[in-house]
Amino acid sequence: MKLSPLLLAAAAALTVQSCKMKSTESAVGGDAAARTYVAPGKYDELYNFVSGGFSGQVAVYGLPSGRLLKVLPVFSVNPENGYGYSEETKPMLNTSHGFVPWDDQHHLALSQTNGEHDGRWLFANANNSPRVARIDLKAFKTMEIIELPNSGGNHSSPFLTENTEYVIAGTRFSVPVGNAESPLDNASYKKNFKSTASFIGIDKNSGHMNVAFQIILPGMDLDLSRAGKGPSHGWFFFSTYNTEQASTLLEVNASQKDKDFIVAVNWKKAEEYVKAGKAKKMATEYYHNTFNEENHTATSEIIKEVLTLDPEELKDLVYLIPCPKSPHGCDVDPSGEYIVGSGKLAALIPVFAFQKFVKAIEDKAFEGEYNGIPVIKYEAALHGEVQKPGLGPLHTEFDGKGNAYTSFFVSSEIVKWSIKDLKVLDRVPTYYSIGHLMVPGGDTKKPYGKYVVAYNKITKDRYLPTGPELAQSAQLYSIEGDKMQLLLDFPTIGEPHYAQAIPAEKIKDQSVKFFDIAKNKHPYVAAGEKATKVERKGNQVHVYMTAIRSHLTPDNIEGVQVGDEVYFHITNLEQDWDIPHGFAIKHAATAELLVMPGETSTLKFIPTQPGVYPFYCTDFCSALHQEMQGYMRVSPKGSNVPLKWHTGGTDSTAAVAAK
Amino acid sequence: MKQLRYLFICTVAIAIAAAGCGGGQEKAGEEKAPASETPAADNNAAASNAVDPKGIGKFKDVQLTHPLDEAMAKKGLEIAEVKCTSCHKTTEEKLVGPGWKGVTDRRTPEWIMNFVTNVDEMLDKDPEAQAMLEICMVRMPNQNLSDDDARAVLEYMRKLDGKN
Ligand SMILES: [Cu+2]
Repeated sequence: MKLSPLLLAAAAALTVQSCKMKSTESAVGGDAAARTYVAPGKYDELYNFVSGGFSGQVAVYGLPSGRLLKVLPVFSVNPENGYGYSEETKPMLNTSHGFVPWDDQHHLALSQTNGEHDGRWLFANANNSPRVARIDLKAFKTMEIIELPNSGGNHSSPFLTENTEYVIAGTRFSVPVGNAESPLDNASYKKNFKSTASFIGIDKNSGHMNVAFQIILPGMDLDLSRAGKGPSHGWFFFSTYNTEQASTLLEVNASQKDKDFIVAVNWKKAEEYVKAGKAKKMATEYYHNTFNEENHTATSEIIKEVLTLDPEELKDLVYLIPCPKSPHGCDVDPSGEYIVGSGKLAALIPVFAFQKFVKAIEDKAFEGEYNGIPVIKYEAALHGEVQKPGLGPLHTEFDGKGNAYTSFFVSSEIVKWSIKDLKVLDRVPTYYSIGHLMVPGGDTKKPYGKYVVAYNKITKDRYLPTGPELAQSAQLYSIEGDKMQLLLDFPTIGEPHYAQAIPAEKIKDQSVKFFDIAKNKHPYVAAGEKATKVERKGNQVHVYMTAIRSHLTPDNIEGVQVGDEVYFHITNLEQDWDIPHGFAIKHAATAELLVMPGETSTLKFIPTQPGVYPFYCTDFCSALHQEMQGYMRVSPKGSNVPLKWHTGGTDSTAAVAAK
Repeated sequence: MKQLRYLFICTVAIAIAAAGCGGGQEKAGEEKAPASETPAADNNAAASNAVDPKGIGKFKDVQLTHPLDEAMAKKGLEIAEVKCTSCHKTTEEKLVGPGWKGVTDRRTPEWIMNFVTNVDEMLDKDPEAQAMLEICMVRMPNQNLSDDDARAVLEYMRKLDGKN
């Protein structure tokens, strides 16, 4: 599963090589194995939530061990537990374009209070069909997914403010507002295409999301974003590329200008404008899907209106800061004073000072306008530039001690530098092509420090060959000393795009162990075997079934006919931690269910042929797990076999015949 | 997968008989010490292992009322129908677990309440509980009954046994 301690120990026996050497022998320090070894039965120090990229899910790893603790299904159907297949979870993936069973999950944000991770929720974005999800960190479950109108590719998302007031979502692909049809050429792009920055308000107590307002920006590609904090609280900073506004061959046409922009949005001002009635109501249609904790069931709501703000009219809402060249990350340091731009194609890292930016606005130190939005003079907002840091800077995080860590995609390395004097302090190679990096709490006011993790795109030669495709990887480095030290690498699911990490203490003790069956308000719950039954309503057959070690009730069902819609509502009667029961039936065209203790979950099955269909528990639950099985008899359509069911004992026959 | 541990424990239990069944748990070393090579036949070993008829858990002295508390027994019935009767019949017949008839004669009130609320430790350490596991082969699920719930279920069991 990962680099074994033995192998690390072997590597440790070799001399530590200079950092630039990209051989597998290099750079692993003598005590690396000991520092990442978490003995059997011991817990990790941190939870590391890692984006699953094109898997659409989120993975949870323990740090420093790199052990995979859980895969959280969010934007893609998940046959392992029936997410997106069960009747209860299907609505989670509803959109204005129907059921969308896949997405590309890029970034994560842990909820914050006073600029620190608070362990309540994790927000995740869907890059393809623009959506944002909220995952509850008590149950480790996706509780809510909201779609974004007027958005094409939700990349600069979900980044949030220091008290989780808003989660923002910026458009990567500009599109015509209202999803109108438009010719594809540069003239049409300049005229019709817009990017939007959506501000999703978060309810303080419930975490519920709603699109509070959208700022309609000129057509360009919003890439990443960070909220201000401390002195810069009230602002949001987005990086953007393709300010050339090209619609084709972007690798050439969007690299024309020497500088693109950091888009600085005054969201406090935006709130004021919304309150003052300056926002325009726009008709639209998007989905908001919510999972109800009491009945374990998701519902979809269609929202038909959104408020929009136009920065061309509201001049003090948005400012642009020139930033060399095609910036990716724009990261705010823990003090809230410095904003680091990372130009993918630039040979330096520009660092802006918030105070100088504010003064530049006061002094009207503008170099002009871009699509009606003021552009501040580069030098007026600049704190300074890190010279010759490496090739392809992407993303910067901070250790809270005045140091910044920037990932370099092209030169495959992490570079540590000082925010104050902008001097490069250290560099280590990554294996290979690092995208984002993460310091635990590195995006907060109080980084936890200790480690930096690299999330890599390519892993050639790091693991045993597995055909043309290799798992991508994360790499853990210690940042406790002056020099960064590689400790561990481990494969990941999908593409480990970005990540967040939080001390285990903030989460582990609040973890839900089972759902209280007495509080189960599912309409088809069977609270106890006495409540099990089978009901026919027209061509629908509802089976109220219970599961407990080691049997299903009922386990014999007759009277079902070809073409019936059979709903197996399975209630897991267990009230103990880590005792899910599975449910699968032969030839079901969906997936299994994995029903948590105290939960009810529903599998829909439409038999197409007469016969006897075995069903069984899929999750090994006890010594008699193999015996946890049963049969459903399916008769031809119109058959006169009565509906009846039992487990042991005598048959219960439906008192009332089919209506 | 996760429950394979239990299988292992049960297999061990069959192989070495009741007293030493805690194998695989963290205190395995400690617990094995008192068990002799041939535990089943060794009365001295059993005596030194002093079986507590009250079982293992926080209930040391359960006060029973006479006549029995009908309201409590009714509550016990309701709890049992959600959490217990899928595996236990109220007759003598074994289903997944033993039938309940006569249980209040076979066990002390303390033992019943300790078993219901402290299932895992009882199954790992209490010789009587381990002996039942050998017969049933399924560890009783910890149904997370509160102390009050457990007391109510006990009252329902007393009612079933015709106590007053
Ligand atoms: Cu099972």
